[in-house]
Amino acid sequence: MLRNSVTIGQYLPGNSLVHRLDPRTKILGVLGYVVILFLIRDFAGYGMMAVITVLTAAVARLPLKMLVRGLRPVLFIIVLTVTLNAVMTPGELLWSVGPFGVTREGLFQAAIMACRLLLLIITTSMLTLTTAPIDLTDGLEYLMGPFRRIGVPAHELAMMMTIALRFIPTLLDEAERIMKAQMARGADFQSGGFIQRAKNMVPLLVPLFVSAFRRADDLALAMEARCYRGGEGRSRFKILKLGPSDLAAGLVMITGFFAALVV
Amino acid sequence: MNAAGNASLISFRKAGFTYRRGEEIEVPAVKGVDLDIHRGEFLAIVGSNGSGKSTLAKMMNALLVPTEGEVIVDGMPTDEEANVWDIRRTVGMVFQNPGNQLVSTTVEEEVAFGLENLGVPTAEMHGVIDRVLGEIGLATMRRREPHNLSGGQKQRVAIAAVLAMQPECIVMDEATSMLDPAGRRDVLETVRHLCRERNLAVVFITHFMEEAVQADRVVVFHEGAVAVDAEPKTVFGEGLDLDEIGLDVPVVTALSRGLGELGFDVDPTITEMEEFVEAICRLRSRT
Repeated sequence: MLRNSVTIGQYLPGNSLVHRLDPRTKILGVLGYVVILFLIRDFAGYGMMAVITVLTAAVARLPLKMLVRGLRPVLFIIVLTVTLNAVMTPGELLWSVGPFGVTREGLFQAAIMACRLLLLIITTSMLTLTTAPIDLTDGLEYLMGPFRRIGVPAHELAMMMTIALRFIPTLLDEAERIMKAQMARGADFQSGGFIQRAKNMVPLLVPLFVSAFRRADDLALAMEARCYRGGEGRSRFKILKLGPSDLAAGLVMITGFFAALVV
Repeated sequence: MNAAGNASLISFRKAGFTYRRGEEIEVPAVKGVDLDIHRGEFLAIVGSNGSGKSTLAKMMNALLVPTEGEVIVDGMPTDEEANVWDIRRTVGMVFQNPGNQLVSTTVEEEVAFGLENLGVPTAEMHGVIDRVLGEIGLATMRRREPHNLSGGQKQRVAIAAVLAMQPECIVMDEATSMLDPAGRRDVLETVRHLCRERNLAVVFITHFMEEAVQADRVVVFHEGAVAVDAEPKTVFGEGLDLDEIGLDVPVVTALSRGLGELGFDVDPTITEMEEFVEAICRLRSRT
């Protein structure tokens, strides 16, 4: 089946200490991590941050392969950023090729950017690897709650994400069914160049869109029939509770961040 | 069963509904219907495609408000804005497509959805969900994801989700039409049980005659109006001409009628496949 080949939100189910943490702890932790990452500018600090990442990955029992695989799609961006930083930064010239010169400052800047990007991507992907998408949604709804007063539609955003998550497998099944139906009529999804293949997707996408809109209509009706009227006056089935492990994780993270800042 | 003598729960009073698109196009779907649905009764509504039965269903819980006449649910007219949420709580609805009416990513959250909308406190919710899932026989599936359930199971989740809101009536709007025979039987059995044990009114909209046979009362709906309103044995037994109003007679019924006309000894009112197979076997053993 199509949906087996796509890992939704790349969540890797597990029962480690990290998996069981409150999603809010993890979201805030990653947020703090990213801020610190952009505050420090020395390699001892990055070393400390790398230690935090590696330890967390070890506690979460995440295979190294998974983390490295997460880097592959952004590898190009990392290489480009590093190269541009090395070449474009003015300073003491080390060597040059044609009009391009690599400077000492440039190399330093490039190394810093590489550290930042690598740690940033690995650590944020650890959040989605250890947290089920639906828990992530709940956590975000809680965290956005206070901003409702300034007009952030926290509940609506969370509801949209929940529905999207609920319908991803349904739509993947549907796409597969339409694909087979069109292949039975002689459609070709495999051969041809990039542009040709994109064009061949039209008979797949049009029916898929039509049916998605019909589903949306049906769902809206079903929600209304069950008295859905937005976030106002709504109670909650799942209540997030911070436990002792969240407190402990928070303390460890703050200590780690502080250490990274001062070394 | 206990239909007679009970007060009317949903009353249609000369109720009609016309779909309007722009100024010129008007499609009258329901015309001047007078109909009473009583507490605790099992009512089947049958009708061909486009007979307006789905529109009729949506008028029962204020998803559509009549353009003529009125619909009164438990004493509340549906055209008053203030009543809408109480009406939808009183009359729950299960729709045709099992995949499109589930909102949540797990069974228990689906049942919780309606309760959350009503603002039921979290502590109470767990008790209600346990009870409802137990009653519908889904207790072992509470953490399953909807897309991993069969069609019949999905419809039972939808029933459980409605039931949690403690309605007086469940409207099944062709809720079995996309299911396989096993799923259909399963869903029908579930609502029949609820009707008997909980004194819940069930409005079962269907085009499967074999399902309508099991109701207390059958309303045949044709071209936006009630054509027949009677007990099943009157509707099916006394040879009312269902073909004329565009209703599909079950294949087995058509077959047994045909066999009867050819001179074979087959009961022409057969509606179930098993019954038909038995009748054929009896014929063979006799020859």
